[in-house]
Amino acid sequence: MSWHARSVAELAGALERREISSVALTGHFLDRIGALNGALNALITVTADQALADAAVADRRRAAGERGPLLGIPLIHKDIFCTDGVRTSCGSRMLDNFVAPYDATVVARLKAAGAVMLGKANMDEFAMGSSNETSHYGPVRNPWDLDKVPGGSSGGSAAAVAARLAPLSTGTDTGGSIRQPAALCGVTGIKPTYGRVSRYGMIAFASSLDQAGVFARSAADAAAALGAIAGFDPRDSTSVDAPVPDYAATLGAPLTGLRLGLVKEFSEALEPRNGALIAAALDVFRALGAETTTVSLPSLPLSVPTYYVVAPAECSSNLSRFDGVRFGYRCADPRDLRDLYERSRGEGFGAEVKRRIMTGTYVLSAGYFDAYYLKAQQVRQLIAGEFRAAFQRVDLLIGPTTPTPAFGIGAKIDDPVTMYLNDIYTIGANLAGLPAISAPCGFVDGLPMGVQLIGPHFAEGRLLNAVHRYQLATDWHDRSAPGYA
Amino acid sequence: MSLTSRDVEKIAHLARLGITDQEKPVYASNLSKIVEFVDQLARARTDGVTPMAHPLEGLTQRLRADEVTEADGREKYQRNAAAVQAGLYLVPKVIE
Repeated sequence: MSWHARSVAELAGALERREISSVALTGHFLDRIGALNGALNALITVTADQALADAAVADRRRAAGERGPLLGIPLIHKDIFCTDGVRTSCGSRMLDNFVAPYDATVVARLKAAGAVMLGKANMDEFAMGSSNETSHYGPVRNPWDLDKVPGGSSGGSAAAVAARLAPLSTGTDTGGSIRQPAALCGVTGIKPTYGRVSRYGMIAFASSLDQAGVFARSAADAAAALGAIAGFDPRDSTSVDAPVPDYAATLGAPLTGLRLGLVKEFSEALEPRNGALIAAALDVFRALGAETTTVSLPSLPLSVPTYYVVAPAECSSNLSRFDGVRFGYRCADPRDLRDLYERSRGEGFGAEVKRRIMTGTYVLSAGYFDAYYLKAQQVRQLIAGEFRAAFQRVDLLIGPTTPTPAFGIGAKIDDPVTMYLNDIYTIGANLAGLPAISAPCGFVDGLPMGVQLIGPHFAEGRLLNAVHRYQLATDWHDRSAPGYA
Repeated sequence: MSLTSRDVEKIAHLARLGITDQEKPVYASNLSKIVEFVDQLARARTDGVTPMAHPLEGLTQRLRADEVTEADGREKYQRNAAAVQAGLYLVPKVIE
């Protein structure tokens, strides 16, 4: 089997048995990136020299007796994570010239575990988008159909794993930005509990929603990567000081008696072929010993409008730091300070980012704050309460990740509200701070679809266990896009 | 609720975003659709509901001791600035 088709555990075993060195493995993936990234546009920056040097270090560490599930394993970071000495663009003209002066904690922890960064993944500008079309560096193309979007905002990370340019990649998820592209590209993606993974060095979009996570081809691979990045970090004031379980150790636990709740509001109005895939996934879980029931969360249909108040409000505040003074784009020949701010921001940000900054500014402005922002935070409380009540009755919730498979590049970009509705099934978990995972569950029109599982706070181990058992019983996650086997 | 180009001008000023005259009606139309979409929140019954302050119930943000923990990285950080002189960030003259 070719190296790029192997799992992380298989690659770690081959490295341990000296069947291949990390330098050779890294070279193999760099060659694939060189051959395939031109058509996909999944990476903004390829760090080949640094990767080969880091791989040589990993080989020396292994020769010295060190072991580890990620030692010498190549991966790709979403370009939202600061990487010391490497351009960190966040998909924006604003940061096209920004060389991060330090590593994000996610980056530092994976480096310490011996993982080798191949480059930085393309993404929607400042993680604002569901199609990867808002990137300053152009759209990413879906490996399953180059005319289709990969989803977003972590579209490059998802497409790269789907095209087997790396076995792992990192992403961030504010309203579905890991799970939605994972579903549309046919890979596994997990968004952990709010506060589970440090956000230090992860460029902020909406601080009450943002969380870092990973893409992989299977839950078992994702467990290895999540185990390396999860855990308390004093440098992130929202990081939760709670022990990190051994996710790999519980992957194989039987699902006998696991209570799965099908979300009623997610299954209503579901396109029949999508509904059939979710029903088939439920059959698999039942055959594995799970018990299924239907659960209603009546306020959940309000999650998209709630999100489109809360997220823009926080974005308008977070992005006020980009002022053309200390870092980032500065306009030419500013007349005065106001002109410097307005033109630097006007020229440095793209249309979707400007829409969200203005929406946020509007809902926070005098006279509208109570009607929009406070109201949204109240609805958010209702949604979180309904999730809490549901988890009294079931262990995990289940439903689709997206309403449709990947859509055409250009099909929705001119209609913001239509684009926002792509995240209708994913946003609820962010509003309530819950962990959630998407895994491949079949195809519609030859394009991959995802099944989503949502858990109570800090139930990442249960999510990974459920998906791992599902993936032992199915082979959707092993299918590769034509031409990328 | 429908927003006008005048509204967009005011919002853009509050956000210090330079937008062109051609862009104003486009943003007015975009923002009107977004505001109309989020207006459905008004129908939700939220009497007596405490607005959410933190996604993890009962958790608030930690405080740390007021001690210096970071090394001085000014020179490294200033390499990302458009204009610096003698360790200072340069901006257009503010005071005549």
